[in-house]
Formats: sequence, C-alpha cells, structure tokens
Amino acid sequence: MQRSNNYTILFAAAVCLVCAIFVSGAAVALKPMQEANKVLDVQKKVLDVSGALAEGQELSDMTPEEITALYEEKIQAQVVDLASGNFAEGIVAADYDQRKATKDPAQSSEAPDNRAGLLRVPTNASVYSLVEDGVVKTIILPISGKGLWSTLYGFLALEADTTTIKGITFYEHAETPGLGGEVDNPLWKAKWEGKQAFGEGDFSAPRIKVLKGMALDTEEGRAHHIDGLAGATITARGVSDLVQFWLGDNGFGPYLERFRDGVADAPEGEEGGDS
Amino acid sequence: MTKKEREVLIDPFFNNNPISLQVLGICSALAVTTKVETSLVMSLAVIAVLTLSNLSISMIRDYIPGSIRIIVQLTIIASLVIITDQVLKAYLFDISKQLSVFVGLIITNCIIMGRAEAFAMQNGPKMSILDGIGNGIGYSLVLLFVGFFRELFGTGKLMGVTVLDPINEGGWYNPNGLMVLAPGAFFLIALFICLNRIWKPDQVEAEN
Repeated sequence: MQRSNNYTILFAAAVCLVCAIFVSGAAVALKPMQEANKVLDVQKKVLDVSGALAEGQELSDMTPEEITALYEEKIQAQVVDLASGNFAEGIVAADYDQRKATKDPAQSSEAPDNRAGLLRVPTNASVYSLVEDGVVKTIILPISGKGLWSTLYGFLALEADTTTIKGITFYEHAETPGLGGEVDNPLWKAKWEGKQAFGEGDFSAPRIKVLKGMALDTEEGRAHHIDGLAGATITARGVSDLVQFWLGDNGFGPYLERFRDGVADAPEGEEGGDS
Repeated sequence: MTKKEREVLIDPFFNNNPISLQVLGICSALAVTTKVETSLVMSLAVIAVLTLSNLSISMIRDYIPGSIRIIVQLTIIASLVIITDQVLKAYLFDISKQLSVFVGLIITNCIIMGRAEAFAMQNGPKMSILDGIGNGIGYSLVLLFVGFFRELFGTGKLMGVTVLDPINEGGWYNPNGLMVLAPGAFFLIALFICLNRIWKPDQVEAEN
C-alpha cells in the first residue's frame, strides 16, 4: 500500500523512539547488576587462584555476600606503575579498570615487540595480594595475551618468593572447548603449582615455559616446564608467551624486583616471605 | 486451540523445521552448540526474541509502510536482541560470557527476519505468537540434538557432568576432537536432516 512520505518518516521516527526507550531502559535498569556480576567474577577468580580458600571450601557453595566478605578480609588490591614497579599514586585500586586503561591512549602505550600478541600495555596495572597476619602470602598478577582465536585474560599467583607458582587461572577466553579450552582443566592448572617461574637466584628472565608435549624429567623440566595441551599447540604456546611477557621486564618484572627488595611492601610495612 | 493454530505451532518441529528444512540460522547452530548448557540458553534466547518480534511486528503490520518494512522489522528485532543480551548479562553472567557475541548475532539469524517477513506481516498477533514459539522450538530441537552429541562425544560430559570418563582426567574415554570443532556440527546437522527425511519422506527433494 502506498503511503505519503510524511507518514513514512513519522512512522520511522516513532519506531525508533519506542525502541530507543526500551533499549536504554533495559540498559540503565540492569547496569548495577551487570557491574556487580563483573566485580564478583574478578573477586572469585582472585580468591580461587590465591589459595585463600580453606581445604574443602568451594566458591560454588558460597553466596555472593560470603565471597565478597572473604575477598575483603584477605585480599588487598593495589595499582602499580609497571615501568618503575612502584605503587601508582592517586589511583583507587577498587575503581581501576586495567582493561579499559589499556585501550585509553592516555593511560597506556604501544607494547614493545612481544610474542604474546599484545598491542598495548597499560601504564599502571592492578596487583592483588593475599595478606595473612599482615604478611603478604601470595601475589596475584593479571595476565593476558593471544591464544589461537582469542585474547586470554587471567591471573597468575606467585608465592612471596616471587618465583614459586601458586596457581594460574583464566577468566575469559574463546579458545576451542575440549582443545585450547582445556586451559580451564583443573588437572592442567594443577601442573603449574609449585613450578619455579625464575631460575634459582636469577631473576633476569622468566624460565617458566609450556612445552609442546610432555615436560622432561630433567632438573629444568621438573622446575620450569609445564606439559603442553594435546591438540592445542598454539593456545599452549600463547599461554607460555604471555606468562613470560608479564613476568618479564616489560610486565611485572620491575614490581617483583621492588617486592623482593622489600620496597614495594604491603601498606602495613611488613616484608613478605623468604626472598 | 483450533486445528490451524495447532498446525502453526507444531509444524515447525519436524514438518517445516527452520534449520533442517528451511536451512536458516545455521551459523549459530554451529557456533554455540559445543555444550548443552549454551545450546539451551541460546535456544531460550531465540524463542524469546522470535516470539516477541513476531508479536510486535504482527501488531503494527497494517501500519508499516511497505517501502521501509524491512528496516522497521530489523529495528524491532535488534532492540529485542539487545534487551535479551542485557538481561543475560545481568542474570546469567557466566553463560552470557560463553555465548559472547552470538547473542548479539541473533539479530542476523535469518529465522527471525524470515518469520517476520513471511508470517507476522500477514497474520494476527495470536497466530504470530504461536508461529514464533513453534519455530523457536524447532530451532531449539536441532540445537539441543547437536549440543547433546557434541558435548557427550567431544568432552565426555553432559551439562558439565562427567558421563564418559575422559583420559585427560584419568578415565578411559578418548574424547573425539572433531566433535568440538565446527565440522562436527556440520555432520550432526546433516545427520539430523537425514533422520528427519527418512521419517518424513515427502521432504526429500526431487532429483534434477
């Protein structure tokens, strides 16, 4: 049926208006819940990888309130300046969004040549510490980098000697389920526990590496090598590269050095561990 | 419910299935069916969007100017999809992370536009709702069929619960890597179409 042009324009405007009201209404009304979900998700992953959970305690059995309470009791979030390794001044850790900052030209810079597929690195990065009785037990570092299909985002937890790995976890990736997606397999993640990120007393370059195939039963293999994932060579290599990048000089290297020197202490001024 | 209404609702299950007979919406059937859980949430999202888009388009069908009808349909569908995506992010955060962009891509799912243009533009709201639910369920049947076999044979699990003990977790079952990749879904969809046509031989096209 032929309609006048005015009718058509008015009709289009009316449809747009109604749709816009619905869409913005939903976005505004649901925003607080979505934000809460995101915060809770990070808290869960940090707690999970930090080793803060007691034996037999499962995050899946806990209510969101319990998780937040445990997080606030045990975990301290801080923001460090990556280049110097010092705590960044004037940034509230709870409000700092590292992924947003990575995209913001004012808060990030072009990444140096790296194998982790990173294009930009933020000037400041979040670090989390598991503090028990005023002593830092675990340092939890956010890590990210390219796998096969997607950028993996996760956390790496180190003990206070800055080399013994406490755990690794990824909270976002789109690798193939069953192949690259096996980075989420608890059995594979367990292989990281107790490995040494650096050589003994030599913190110049990370030695930790994910192999293609099985780690050999040599001194190097036992201390620094992780078995690869069958059918996921590229994802495994990506994980290897991204862990090395974030532990290296362009990542958290300077911060870890400060930490070992006892300069970048927890705010209480307690020195952590047996570095 | 009259006979006509029942036909509109039930026909898309096996007689006129949007995926296996109309061959629409294949891309999402490949992308989100590696697990039953994601297949299920995706199915529910599509049923919701399809039903609501059919309803709203059918209600204003007599007022939509013919010259801009496609873009009007698309605007309504896109709005519904964004709202669905927002709801999932608020209430089913973990699953919405796994579905990632594919919820947004419901906008481009040919089934939705296809039903809007082919059915809702000509029929009243009640029939359009039935048509939306029917086609949504038809789509879901294929997704769940594919998701069931991909998760079972690809990872040895169903809804995340281990059924066949996989080797990499210390069991005996060697997971079939083909199942978790897109070609596995192609084979399964073909199998579904094949079974559907053995059961309903009138769907078999004449040879050229």
